[in-house]
Amino acid sequence: MIHSLFLVNSSGDIFLEKHWKSVVSRSVCDYFFEAQERASEPENVPPVIPTPHHYLISVLRHRIYFVAVIQSEVPPLFVIEFLHRVVDTFQDYFGVCTEAAIKDNVVVVYELLEEMLDNGFPLATESNILKELIKPPTILRTVVNTITGSTNVGEQLPTGQLSVVPWRRTGVKYTNNEAYFDVVEEIDAIIDKSGSTITAEIQGVIDACVKLSGMPDLTLSFMNPRLLDDVSFHPCVRFKRWEAERILSFIPPDGNFRLLSYHVSSQNLVAIPVYVKHNITFREGSSQGRFELTLGPKQTMGKAVESVLVSSQLPRGVLNVNLNPSQGTYTFDPVTKLLSWDVGKINPQKLPSLKGSMSLQAGASKPDENPTINIQFKIQQMAISGLKVNRLDMYGEKYKPFKGIKYMTKAGKFQVRT
Amino acid sequence: MDEGFFLLREDGVGVVKTVLASAENLQLSFKFEPGVEEVALTNSNGSKKEAPGIGNEDLKEMLESNKESLKLEAMKRIVGLIAKGKNASELFPAVVKNVASKNIELKKLVYVYLVRYAEEQQDLALLSISTFQRALKDPNQLIRASALRVLSSIRVPIIVPIMMLAIKEAATDLSPYVRKTAAHAIQKLYSLDPEQKEHLIEVIDKLLKDKSTLVAGSVVMAFEEVCPDRIDLIHKNYRKLCNLLVDVEEWGQVVIITMLTRYARTQFLSPWREDALFDENSEKAFYDSDVEKEKADSKPYMMDPDHRLLLRNTKPLLQSRNTAVVMAVAQLYWHLAPKQEVSIVTKSLVRLLRSHREVQYIVLQNIATMSIQRKGMFEPFLKSFYVRSTDATHIKTLKLEILTNLATEANISTILREFQTYVKSQDKQFAATTIQAIGRCATNISEITDTCLNGLVLLLSNRDETVVAECVVVIKKLLQTQPSQHSDIIKHMAKLLDNITVPMARASILWLIGEYCERVPKIAPDVLRKVAKSFTSEEDIVKLQTLNLAAKLYLTNSKQTKLLTQYILNLGKYDQNYDIRDRTRFLRQLIVPNEKSGALSKYAKRILLASKPAPVLESAFKDRDRFQLGTLSHTLNAKASGYLELSDWPTVAPDQSVRNVEVMEPVKEWAPSLGKPKATKSDDKFYSDSGEEEEQEEEASESGSSGSSSSSSEEESSSGSGDESGSEGGESSSSDSEGTDKSSSQSESGKKKKPRKKPSKADVKDSDSDDAKEKKRPKPKLDSVSSHSKASSSSDNTASSGSESEEDTDSDSEPEQKKKKKLSSKPQVQEKPKKEVSLLDLDDFEPMPASAPKVPILSPSLLSDLQGLSLSSASSAIEVSSPVFVPPKSHELLHRMSGKGLAVSYHFPRQPCAYSHRMVSVQLTLTNGRDQPLEDICVGEAGPPGIAIHRFATIERLQPEASITVSMGIDFNDSTQAANFQLCTKTDQFSVSIQPAVGELLMPVTMTEQDFLKEQGQLTGMNESSVTITIAPDSMSSQPVGRKVVSVANMGVVPSSQNSIHRFAAKTVSSGSLVLSSVVLQEASTAKLVVNTEKTVLGSVLLRELKTALSQG
Repeated sequence: MIHSLFLVNSSGDIFLEKHWKSVVSRSVCDYFFEAQERASEPENVPPVIPTPHHYLISVLRHRIYFVAVIQSEVPPLFVIEFLHRVVDTFQDYFGVCTEAAIKDNVVVVYELLEEMLDNGFPLATESNILKELIKPPTILRTVVNTITGSTNVGEQLPTGQLSVVPWRRTGVKYTNNEAYFDVVEEIDAIIDKSGSTITAEIQGVIDACVKLSGMPDLTLSFMNPRLLDDVSFHPCVRFKRWEAERILSFIPPDGNFRLLSYHVSSQNLVAIPVYVKHNITFREGSSQGRFELTLGPKQTMGKAVESVLVSSQLPRGVLNVNLNPSQGTYTFDPVTKLLSWDVGKINPQKLPSLKGSMSLQAGASKPDENPTINIQFKIQQMAISGLKVNRLDMYGEKYKPFKGIKYMTKAGKFQVRT
Repeated sequence: MDEGFFLLREDGVGVVKTVLASAENLQLSFKFEPGVEEVALTNSNGSKKEAPGIGNEDLKEMLESNKESLKLEAMKRIVGLIAKGKNASELFPAVVKNVASKNIELKKLVYVYLVRYAEEQQDLALLSISTFQRALKDPNQLIRASALRVLSSIRVPIIVPIMMLAIKEAATDLSPYVRKTAAHAIQKLYSLDPEQKEHLIEVIDKLLKDKSTLVAGSVVMAFEEVCPDRIDLIHKNYRKLCNLLVDVEEWGQVVIITMLTRYARTQFLSPWREDALFDENSEKAFYDSDVEKEKADSKPYMMDPDHRLLLRNTKPLLQSRNTAVVMAVAQLYWHLAPKQEVSIVTKSLVRLLRSHREVQYIVLQNIATMSIQRKGMFEPFLKSFYVRSTDATHIKTLKLEILTNLATEANISTILREFQTYVKSQDKQFAATTIQAIGRCATNISEITDTCLNGLVLLLSNRDETVVAECVVVIKKLLQTQPSQHSDIIKHMAKLLDNITVPMARASILWLIGEYCERVPKIAPDVLRKVAKSFTSEEDIVKLQTLNLAAKLYLTNSKQTKLLTQYILNLGKYDQNYDIRDRTRFLRQLIVPNEKSGALSKYAKRILLASKPAPVLESAFKDRDRFQLGTLSHTLNAKASGYLELSDWPTVAPDQSVRNVEVMEPVKEWAPSLGKPKATKSDDKFYSDSGEEEEQEEEASESGSSGSSSSSSEEESSSGSGDESGSEGGESSSSDSEGTDKSSSQSESGKKKKPRKKPSKADVKDSDSDDAKEKKRPKPKLDSVSSHSKASSSSDNTASSGSESEEDTDSDSEPEQKKKKKLSSKPQVQEKPKKEVSLLDLDDFEPMPASAPKVPILSPSLLSDLQGLSLSSASSAIEVSSPVFVPPKSHELLHRMSGKGLAVSYHFPRQPCAYSHRMVSVQLTLTNGRDQPLEDICVGEAGPPGIAIHRFATIERLQPEASITVSMGIDFNDSTQAANFQLCTKTDQFSVSIQPAVGELLMPVTMTEQDFLKEQGQLTGMNESSVTITIAPDSMSSQPVGRKVVSVANMGVVPSSQNSIHRFAAKTVSSGSLVLSSVVLQEASTAKLVVNTEKTVLGSVLLRELKTALSQG
């Protein structure tokens, strides 16, 4: 399966390599660099690159390419999924997954990779098991380790790997038993020029942070489970129970995990919480263009639209912009032509707007297309699909846990065509 | 030892440096740790780059010091070097010494180093082997596993025999984790020494039989790597793998699913035939028609139950969070499922499009291939493939490809509107691809060709050259498919020639004008004139087309163009490019008639102006389906090394019986040579006996109450078991498949008559069951057994010898029953033959005829396999025993008030369920409290799909004040989750639910004390829950404890050698996991209560219930 792994930073240096079978020379990455050069954007590097003797499968995250070298037929998604799992684990361990963090923790990284793959086949990818094997570094522990000479490697043996619930480590103890669930929904939408919705769908996830002692068995039920059209579960969820009663019943892993991701059936009309009024024009012959943008809330059920961020890739012909935001700040990068406007909160009484002019390259013809506007926003305490958790019950343990549920709606890939 | 290593050093400076470094170390060791690190850091920074030798020297010193922390620090730095790809191999001797270190982290880092460099330093690596060999014997399974892991990762050919031995040993290890590691080691050894293949296959075969979910994925991986062609190893494990699949870890799932896809393609018939019956419901139909159709020549397609099993068991995995698993299931459905069922994967695939960019890329590729063949699958999700400006280019292209594939007359207008936006995209490459897509839509859907053409012509005025060029090329292709009256478009394009500079576009225009020069007779010569002027500065491709145009014009309009053509031909003659010179020479000979070329030039016009076939615009994914979806080869559209072809469906169904698992080895072993002839003989008897009887009874049952539905379900269940019996026979005797078929159909029909005898007997049983239960539990069963055995032995007089009846039993689909019979009560031993005959007709235990309006979720034959599995997983000494008698506790299901007069109560009779061994049998007592009779009482919609319910037959009529007892089977799946269903009468429907007490989900087993202790030893840790309780004083003696435990839970008593310890054993009904419980009485009315089971949740609930029961007075 996976022969070797190379980590390549954005400037094209290999800063870490790990081999699970015989050593593969790092020159194999030259093919990758070739592809990288050919691609106009970092994202455009093809995920699968054939070379004469190997195949390179890469993922790009946090501006690091994780390049896996494989030698024979394997489902590409298998490798891709695994690489993403590696990144998630690093993020989980080090808080961020950057080149610096990996370099600083190279020993932990190596220990992790050693446990995650055996002979190229995934061995332990559950974060609960890994954390039993290798303790994540914290500042306190680093200090203690240097003084006492103790290590990050867990002393006890990872019994979790052998249990029937491999995702949960054993012997969990907390003084405050608490379980928090975040219902986060994202709206993916494409809005056309005239403001009508071309496509809109809601994707949601329930992220959990469960800190409960012992071996709790939780059930979570919804007021309106029918809304969930397509779901995927963390392995802990009992599928049959869901099929039968539309109840999530599970023994949770310890700590943070994604319990469920779902898709709200596309038949339901999606409420679009913001609207955009825009007027972007380029005039033939003149070197000036007009830019006007106004945002407003709609269908927000009384909740405030916050953390609004508007970004747009302006046409190449635009040299600079001179805009005037009614609130927030904007930036324009004359090299990448990326305009971004940090709006903040939308005040329904005084709608935020960004108006002004763009200066175009002299003599250049007017761009064919108006730029697409990407919008990000957050709405707290509301799940736009109307999904509601009914109740959360715990069995199997005596204590009374503290339970909390938070709802949030965010913009996913929210685009307005102009 | 140390000296030896010193000698190994090569650098001369070494000695001096060592002295210096050790002096430094001496100094350091007086200082405090952080200082050490500081020095280490500065050293590493200073030395690593400029003089690696010196830095390593320093590391060597640290490794040889006796301070753990120094060694650790050194190892960490060495790992850092390895990670950077720097060579640290010269430190090998110093590192390898630490392999036996006590410090876990140090040891792990040494392992990392060892695995990395052992190949380069083979001799030195051998020094570490003994450490691993020792660790392989460690009592701790995790240490054994890790030793095997490292040992097998050391790629040193000399140790191959040691590895082989270690693998063989580990493959039989008690711990599944060690066995998993062994499966991994197989692949490593194979890549190190392929000579070992045969031995390794043996180990794989052994491990494939393993029941543990931990092992399954890894061993299948090894199988795929070592011997993917040995399909025969899979047969016996096929059903087990299907059933384990859901519980295997996600990576293993992918591998198993991929393997099973290949397997299924070789073993099952194609479900894609025209006349095939597809949906789940038609399974029933197929069983129905089973017997009649078997003989008919053109039998309709029947899906092999094993094929269905695979599809059913993989379906839930579509909900996996692992995208690779979802994709694997999707490809399995694509390659194996009947066409109608494939579309269930659509939603999940579309869901994956929300995932990371790389995932999207792979999934979109697969969707692209799928969407060519099956538009309908993805059409409802058209909008999910709309392109966003933020998508990466290759994602955009793939989405476009899919949109084009999905275009139909109905949706083309929306798609075209969407395309219009894309054409204007800033990403010009993408815009050009969109134009190609428009071209494809235009050719595929003739209605819109004109619209598209007009649109494209408009685009010709686009400012961007790549867009225009692409337009020209596409228009050229479109015009070629429709060479009607598009001369105005050609004229328009001729005008464009002045502005367009992209060679491909210019060439296309020239070609177009040449091809249709007769339609634009005025313009064509003028165009030629223009290009003649610029000929020398054109690209080669344009020059070639200019030559073509000239030649064509010369032939059609030589008056105007003769001179021009000659001019161009002259230019071409002296061109730098030999292609152009060649072409010039060729054309000149062809069109300008002279003596030499007389014959050909006559046909010049026909040669040059022949009508050309229109190009077909088709998807780049057209022939991708030759590769298995989801594979690397599919992604690359080229065969990757190690790609295994999916075979075509077999034309003749391979023998199904190969997948049957011997259920009971002891019985099997027994005289197989005798078995065959006798079995057939007795079957024959059955058949001939029942011939007419069958028909009569068919009629009788038809006229009877439950009508066709009941008979169909009977047939279904019997066909399942019949199937089994036939194949078992075939197996034990290795008879030819014909014989197998025959005997199976015979035994089917033989069996069929049996259920019809039931009603009378069952009634008897029913009526006395209530009071019988009061007296003694096992009795009713014995009654029916004996009464029945008489009946069947009379019908089957010839089956007198014990061996024959034994054979019958063997073919039974309910092996648990068998075992139970064998062991349950000693007095019955003498009448063994008789009893076993009756056992064959397990259905007869049912108080009501086996009739279900719907097909149970699991068909009986499958169930029996499941059972075989679960059974054999327990050691052979653990047998299901008969339940200890307890007074039944009745629970209310439906109150008289809420049931509009119908009152229903239920209890658990604690008998093995006759419908399926996975089900718990439940008896319902229905009482009519109304003054009118209730009619047509039946079970309606059964609630949770996860819970299988075997319904009771419809009760035609229940007189006022009368009551009736019926029995049902419910598979609770070992959870205490309630089974919901509806009770329907003719007029009303009541939703009711049965919540099982945990103790009722068990089946008592007998085992020896030793076995108990052994099993208990394996179920420790998480699987054990215990509590100390205060016991009511009167329970301190043994009897009450036993009674109390048994009243709560259906467990069997295990004989105990100590008075103060009581042990109970059972297994869960559904999955057959062992549940062990022990009560240790201590002083002062306390006792320790322990429950061991892998079903942790069930265990803890049981513990709680036992605790309450025992602490009550």
